[in-house]
Amino acid sequence: MITLETYFDYVILPVLSIAVMLVFIRLFKGPTLVDRVIALDLIITTGIGIITVYSIRSNQAVLLDVAIILALIAFLGTVAFAYYTEKQKND
Amino acid sequence: MIDIILAIISTIGVLSILFASIGILRMPDFYLRLSVTVKASTLGVGLLLICAAIMFPDVSVTTKAIAIIFFLIITAPIAAHMIGRAAYFTGTPLWKDTVIDELEGMYNEETHELESEEDEAEKNQSTDRNIAKTEEETE
Repeated sequence: MITLETYFDYVILPVLSIAVMLVFIRLFKGPTLVDRVIALDLIITTGIGIITVYSIRSNQAVLLDVAIILALIAFLGTVAFAYYTEKQKND
Repeated sequence: MIDIILAIISTIGVLSILFASIGILRMPDFYLRLSVTVKASTLGVGLLLICAAIMFPDVSVTTKAIAIIFFLIITAPIAAHMIGRAAYFTGTPLWKDTVIDELEGMYNEETHELESEEDEAEKNQSTDRNIAKTEEETE
């Protein structure tokens, strides 16, 4: 009998880990700076998903606060990179 | 019954995150990668958070999950638009088989403002196209 707990442990979390590894290849070899910025953004967004699944599995709802902070940091980081990349060309 | 619904929702969510990561690895240029990842990852994380909201029998968790989903839906397109605009200004090349670049010549180079008609000065020197010549430039 497959329960939802084993399904989360043996299917959902490994697939999320594979997704992070695939994005990390792009972060490593991305030809331009902006490629790396969106790869980092996608890694953090996938990290929010991993934290959510982990908080379900460990039955600790407090971990969702970390997800809120990570979403905020991902947005601010991308906006800051975009702002300074645009300024760089200007001067 | 609720287990089956949760399994289906989390499977759809995790598959869209996986497709986003395959897309960022396989798509041929930056703009296609941007358009793949933002939508798919927002959908995937949103579905996983809905899964958490159903799983915990607590109002505060549901409120937190809805707050995160709302925040992601608000901020992800803004961040994607800003980074795409910055990439276009810094001259990130488009894919070599791009058919049309409708933004070409429409941006004022000095003020970074978008205009509805092409400048006369820009029109004469539009040989400087932003489309890549080879596959290796964008890969």
